[in-house]
This record gives sequence, C-alpha cells and structure tokens, in this order.
Amino acid sequence: MSADWERLTPLLWEAAGQTAYMVLITLLVGGFFGLALGLGLYLTRPGNLLQHRFVFAVLNLAVNIVRPIPFIIFLVALGPLTRAVIGSTIGIEAFTFAMCIMATFVFARLVEQNLVSIDPGVVEAARAMGASPLRIVRTVLVPEALAPLVLGYTFLFVGVLDMSAIGGYLGAGGLGDFAIVQGYRQYDWAVTAVVVVIIVLIVQAVQWLGNGLARRALRR
Amino acid sequence: MPAATSSIIRFEGASKVFPGRGKGAEVRAVDDVTLDIREGEIFGVIGQSGAGKSTLVRLINALERTTGGDVVVDGLSLGSLSEARLRPVRAGIGMVFQQFNLLASRTVAGNVAYPLEVAGWPRTKRDARVAELLEFVGLADKADVYPSTLSGGQKQRVGIARALATNPRILLADEATSALDPETTRDVLDLLQRVNRELGITVVVITHEMDVVRSICHRVAVMERGRVVEVGEAYQVFSSPAHGTTRRFVATALRDRPSPEVLARLRTRHSGHIVTVGVDEVAGSSAVLTRTLREHGVDGTVVFGGITEVAERPYGSLTVELVGDGGAVEAAVAALRAVTWVDDHGRVDA
Repeated sequence: MSADWERLTPLLWEAAGQTAYMVLITLLVGGFFGLALGLGLYLTRPGNLLQHRFVFAVLNLAVNIVRPIPFIIFLVALGPLTRAVIGSTIGIEAFTFAMCIMATFVFARLVEQNLVSIDPGVVEAARAMGASPLRIVRTVLVPEALAPLVLGYTFLFVGVLDMSAIGGYLGAGGLGDFAIVQGYRQYDWAVTAVVVVIIVLIVQAVQWLGNGLARRALRR
Repeated sequence: MPAATSSIIRFEGASKVFPGRGKGAEVRAVDDVTLDIREGEIFGVIGQSGAGKSTLVRLINALERTTGGDVVVDGLSLGSLSEARLRPVRAGIGMVFQQFNLLASRTVAGNVAYPLEVAGWPRTKRDARVAELLEFVGLADKADVYPSTLSGGQKQRVGIARALATNPRILLADEATSALDPETTRDVLDLLQRVNRELGITVVVITHEMDVVRSICHRVAVMERGRVVEVGEAYQVFSSPAHGTTRRFVATALRDRPSPEVLARLRTRHSGHIVTVGVDEVAGSSAVLTRTLREHGVDGTVVFGGITEVAERPYGSLTVELVGDGGAVEAAVAALRAVTWVDDHGRVDA
C-alpha cells in the first residue's frame, strides 16, 4: 500500500506545527520552573547556602513522587488540576500544561545533580567575599555549571519530544499522533518510517546544537 | 618585627561544636579558644589535620558561627551579628584557599574583579584596580586567560590578588601553600610577606607545615584537638617548645639533632667525644664554637647538624666530634655551656 503524500503532506506540516508548539512552550515553561525548583533543591539541601531540612524534604519528595509516574498515567491523574487551570482536560493546551508540569520536575532533578558537582570551595570563596545567596546563584552556581546545564536542557528536549508523542491521546495532535493515525492504523509503514526519520533528524540537530553550545561554555 | 600594637582579632573563649551525624557524638572542632592576634603581624596557626585550625580561621570571617564564646574582629563582636550584617564584615577580610577556589567560568581578571563587583565598585575603577593587583602579584600578562591554563603557583597568586582587591585589613590564608611544590611555596610565602610588609595587612596563616611558620610567621599558636596548646613568638616556640606536639612540629622543620640511630652510626665512624651545640642569636654563630675550641687546643669536626632562620633569626645546632688532650675537651665543653646549650653524647668508651 503506497501513501498518498499529496493528501498527507499538509497534515504532516500541521502535525509538525503542533509538536513545535507543545515542545517549545514546555521547554520554556518547564525549563524556567525546573531551573527554579532545581536551585531550590540544591540550596535547601542540608549543608548548603539556604539549608532547610523541611523545605528540602518536601521538594525532594515531590520530585521523587512525580518523576517516576508514566506520563500517560500522569495525564489522567493531573486531570482535575488541568481542568481548574486550563478549563478543559483535552486539547493541545491541556496536554501542554501536563507536559510543562512533568518537564519541571524532570529538569529540576537534572539541574540539582549538575549543581551538586560544583566545587563547594568556590561557593565558600564567594561567601567569604561577602556575596549574598542570590548573587551566588547568579554569578557562581549558574555560570560554573553552565555547560552541564546546557547538556541537561538538551536531554530535556529529547524527553519532552518523547512526551509529546502521545499528544493524540488528549487530541493534541502532533507528529506522534500523525505517525499512529496515518501510519500504524492504516498499515502504512512508510508514513511511520518518515515520521521516525524526521524525529531522529530533529533530535540529532538539537543534540549537535546543544553539544556545540556546551563546548562554547566550557571554553575556559 | 612589627611593633606590638593593639589586637585586631580576639577569640574570647570561642567554641564551635558540630552536631553529630545520626547517633554520632558531637564534634568540638574549636574548644574554648582565647587568643589575641595583633594588628600588622603574620600569625601562624599550626596543627595536624583535624586539629580544628581550618574551623578556627573560619570563625574570623564567620563562615562558621561560634556555638560558644565570641570572636571580636576590629572591635566588632561577630557572635551578635545577623548573616546579612556579616556580609560587609566578610568583604573587609580577604581569604585564600588551599585549592585556590577560582571561578573556572571567569578569566583571571574576572576572578580578581569579583569581590569588587560584590562591593559595588563602578566599572572603570574596577578595571584600574584589577590591573594594579595583577601587577602586584606579577600576573599582568595573564589577565585574559582562564584559570585552568595556569600553574598552581599562578592560581594562588590570582587567589591572593582577589583576596586583596577590596583593600582588606586582614588576610586569612588557609593552607595556602599545601597544594604547591617547594619552590612555588617559597614564591607564595614571599608574596604573603610582601602583603604584610608593603600593605601593612595582618595575615593569619593556617598550616600543618612548621617550615611555613619558620619562614614568615612572627607569632604562632599550636592547636591540638580543638584547643590552643601553645602560643608565643615563633622564635621562642622553636627554641624552647613547651608542648609535645610543638616539639614534634619543630623537629619536622629542621632535622638538625641526631636521632639515637644516627648517633650510633656517628659513633662507629668517630671515636672522639661527640657533643651537640646549640647555635642561635644569643650564643652567636659557629664562630663562637670555633674560637672556644681553638682557645682550649681542641680539634673539632662537624659531623651532623643544621642552621636555619626562624623569624629571620639564626637557629639550629651543630654536632661536633671533639679531640684534645687530657681535660681540654671537658674544659671546652664547660666554656661552651656558659654561652649556649650543649648536649653531651660522650665518647665510645666512656
């Protein structure tokens, strides 16, 4: 069975646009809140700048609870919150909302792990020079961990792209949905293969970009 | 020697107790220390690792807070200050570290500029100050390179330039030379000495190497298990160490006295009367020894020993084989005892 590309091409473009929308918003929102939550985890960790046993325990527990939930189940579990915030539990906005939440928790752990590898000595040196915790975050922690943070963000991109593949489940569309609806369900393996190739190419390109940026950040 | 002036750092029964982990016992890192550090001196704190000296020095800029007693810096009692109020105090105290702790993401100039940014200096003043500091530490040509390309000694120079940036009155050096080879150590110690002499900055040096104390410190405190067991003029502490720990440290700085094993070997080679004679400022140089032996008609052969400087004064001992007629050797030893200490090892058949 041969694919009717004349019919499929506009649909493919539409699906690509939906994926771009979901992924970009999630990267921006999840990246921002993930960075904040990751910094929160790192700073409140016992022995660190703003150590606070209780806050750390709560943040740590939240990350540990959310992260291992399979995304498709998380979507359902998040339903009530999604309805409260977005007004609906289906559609691309509802789906993107769930992606943002999951990405926040995933990226938070990545950020925390990258910050932990910073030599505590440089943080102590900054403290000894009279720097405030906020200034240390801005001028020491983030710049010193920039290369691994860029690589972590690249890793997050792949994870987010992966999450977006089940967008069809909530009627959000996207490339994953296209591959299933137009390929798998039509027994048209060529369509599925084309989507797979496109996704692999995107991931390759982004990884190449991320590696390049990280190398630039490491030029020291 | 700096004039003995007022105290700039005062420990008043200061303690730092770290709570134990889990069911572990608490750790008394600093235990009831009372100590005065005078303005303008180079003060050494020596101790084995784990003696509490690193914690002690961190009480001075309140990187660690006291759990008992107080630390008074420049008339300001640190125990009562909030974290936010402590920041300007810290900015007025420079600190250099064993592992340098430079920011890898900033150039040499960027690292030196960091404390100036924290202190809110405007850009143009900052650039001028950075250039001046790099000139002072001899790294003007390295302004735009990243620390990873520097040698250990160069990194520590950057660390010192950074610590001096905001014109502090106190410089804390935490094992500043422990990661460096002997030659580089010498350079960095010279630099610390220049900081003290040319800029009049009080320097507190934490070390486990008596050689560092010997080279640059005016006064020294010896720490053991959180307590200061001995404190005094470096020369005094070297020439008459009162505490066992101090004696062991002194022995590591100058191996001038023969151990029993060495003495046994010396005896197999030298059949004469063997004595160890102290050499210091009071007893004069080895010229006194030579003259005394000549006056008594005794031949002396130096078989062991060493003379060095402590706080820029001569210090050490010589072990000498004495050969002479009848009571001449005994008379010479008696004459030497009148001017210095003599350790009489006798002769083989004695």
